[in-house]
Amino acid sequence: MASIKVLNGNAAVAEAVGQVHPDVVVSNPVAPATPILERIASFIAEGWLDAEIINAESAYSAISACIGASAAGGRVISATASQGLAAMHELLFVASSLRLPIVIAVANRALSAPINIHADHSDAMAQRDCGWIQLFSENSQETYDNIIQAFKIAEHPDVRNPVMVGLDGFITSHEMTNIWLVETGEVTDFVGKCNPAYSLLDSNNPVTVGSLDTPDYYFEHKVNQLQGMENARKVIKEVGKEFGDRFSRYYGYFESYKLEDAEYAIVLMSSAAGAAKEVVDELRSNGEHVGLLKLRVFRPFPHQELKEALSHLEAIAVLDRALIPGSFGGPLFNETRAALYDMEDKNLPLVFPYVYGLGGRDITIDNFRDVFRDIEEKNTEKIEIKTELAFINLRQ
Amino acid sequence: MMTLKELAEKEDLLTAGHGLCAGCAIFPILKVVLRASQYPMVVSNDTGCLQMTTSHFPRTSWKLNWIHSAYGNSAAIVSGIEAMYRSLKKQGKFPLEKELKFLAIAGDGAANDAGLGPLSGAVERGHHFVYLCLDNQMYASTGGQRSSATPMGAAAPDTPASDALPGKMQARKNIARIMTAHKIPYVAQSAPWIWQDLYKKAERAFETPGPAYLNILSPCPFEWKTPTRKTIELTRLAADTCIWPVYEVKNGTKLTINYKPRQKLPVTRWLQSQPRFKHLEQSENKWIVDKIQEEVDKDWDYLLSAETEPKHRDN
Ligand code: SF4
Ligand SMILES: [Mg+2]
Repeated sequence: MASIKVLNGNAAVAEAVGQVHPDVVVSNPVAPATPILERIASFIAEGWLDAEIINAESAYSAISACIGASAAGGRVISATASQGLAAMHELLFVASSLRLPIVIAVANRALSAPINIHADHSDAMAQRDCGWIQLFSENSQETYDNIIQAFKIAEHPDVRNPVMVGLDGFITSHEMTNIWLVETGEVTDFVGKCNPAYSLLDSNNPVTVGSLDTPDYYFEHKVNQLQGMENARKVIKEVGKEFGDRFSRYYGYFESYKLEDAEYAIVLMSSAAGAAKEVVDELRSNGEHVGLLKLRVFRPFPHQELKEALSHLEAIAVLDRALIPGSFGGPLFNETRAALYDMEDKNLPLVFPYVYGLGGRDITIDNFRDVFRDIEEKNTEKIEIKTELAFINLRQ
Repeated sequence: MMTLKELAEKEDLLTAGHGLCAGCAIFPILKVVLRASQYPMVVSNDTGCLQMTTSHFPRTSWKLNWIHSAYGNSAAIVSGIEAMYRSLKKQGKFPLEKELKFLAIAGDGAANDAGLGPLSGAVERGHHFVYLCLDNQMYASTGGQRSSATPMGAAAPDTPASDALPGKMQARKNIARIMTAHKIPYVAQSAPWIWQDLYKKAERAFETPGPAYLNILSPCPFEWKTPTRKTIELTRLAADTCIWPVYEVKNGTKLTINYKPRQKLPVTRWLQSQPRFKHLEQSENKWIVDKIQEEVDKDWDYLLSAETEPKHRDN
């Protein structure tokens, strides 16, 4: 029996974690993810979640403790954001290289300096090459659903790869909404048991974890590591479908919103999709052929599927909530444009880079209208198009 | 009292075939420490000589569960392993009767510098583990650079001795005192020359509920440029000069000095035994030698005055 609760995104993560039942929870407070850990800690204190909590003294130790706990053969969760995630950087590579199915909730937040506690995706985007699967959530419901799926994906024997689940800091993390919760027994049944490949606690079968590799082996090991990430493509799809079959909310790599007959579209991730959909509806009622693609899975990046979903468009605006100095547009833009490059029909849609919402700056209905107008103009004027990064809602 | 023969008969958990330098103290120290637990143990190894020379894929020298992940985090890694052990045990997912021990091994660089935060955090949380610091007084695996455990006056590649600068100018961090201030159940300092003491302390560290810290002097003949056959002898000289006192502290207060030299030797004997202090023989550097002697005397006097349980030295 499913039930409805009014929860914010952080509470939704905690509820999902309580139901998935980790063996070890690693806590280190970083705003805006702190309430996730506090709520899980209260579950443990109240005695109904039978897990050990480690109150790590730093984010660096938090991810290290996750690695130790996971290599000891059980289920592990932590939550962090921004500076905390950045401080974990070195160890995020280790976690994925050791193929440890750790799950971390990331309440996506801007990076210093200047210090800012509000939403953007700089923290997760800075970790996009560290070998973690990255899921992004539009709202609390998706956050809850993603956390549950994250464990099943991470621990899948063909994957065994850590997963981070993003929710927009102080937007999704703190906004109260209705959430459909799955019954705990059904969550347990859906996620299944954690079956580690090895355990440091198994003294009958000693293992050496984290060997030194010379040039003789390192390259092969790194390429082998790709397998988990590549297999995740299939597993993410299967898990999303099974989740839908069981709980009536289906998940794939992305959500296509009124894209089929669209000429113009916006591509983005996470909470901004809500307002963008409203603008799509409004413009469509005026007869305009517009749509939206909300990406859920950034790693592994679904190049093939994205190409298929976008190739018929005239022009695309890719909205990044992260600024990559010295780069040719943001990471989502780069990946999207690259995905379209090998289209067989060389009638490539125009793809334009935008950056919005840094440090929690609003993106409004008007802003989305402007973006659609902007790409329509650029497309119809047929002037010589230069790819220039545009900033949304930035004071000049 | 364990005899050397009895000790030798116990199983080797770290086997030959490692790549440690000839004469390195790490191996004899581990031969003793790894034998001191009656239960299987899990080792979390920090980055350093030991880790690099014993885990060279596709071989391993370890006959126990072992993990390395990064520099400075061995105490945090072991926190996770030990917490998982407790969690699985209390949930009935791991046999209750089966006992395991947890050992973090680090060099002085990891323990005193980058890993001091994780070490402090792990002992403050009270995980049941032993932290073994193999102190060779510098960053050996990167080529002998100074760490905060490098003693004053020592020359190192990044604090070379010259006319302008007579080696490292800062005093050594006293990590054993820092750990004592955490009031953890057990802190001990020892060295391989007094192997019975080392064995007993390791045994006590494993048996103590809660965190235990072992600070062991581990000469590095490669970087110290000392004869390989002198390794163990040097650690005795360190004790006789009171450069490296052999003592233990229980619960942050009960201090016992386990070895008191019959005749305390001057620090010059220690300094003269190693080329890294060679420049201190120059007359213009005599003030440093005096300063080192003064500091060693102060530390030794402090230990004598702080000793609360001198009679129980054999316990
Ligand atoms: S460099 Fe020094 S510490 Fe490292 S293995 Fe050689 S002798 Fe031992
Ligand atoms: Mg060292």
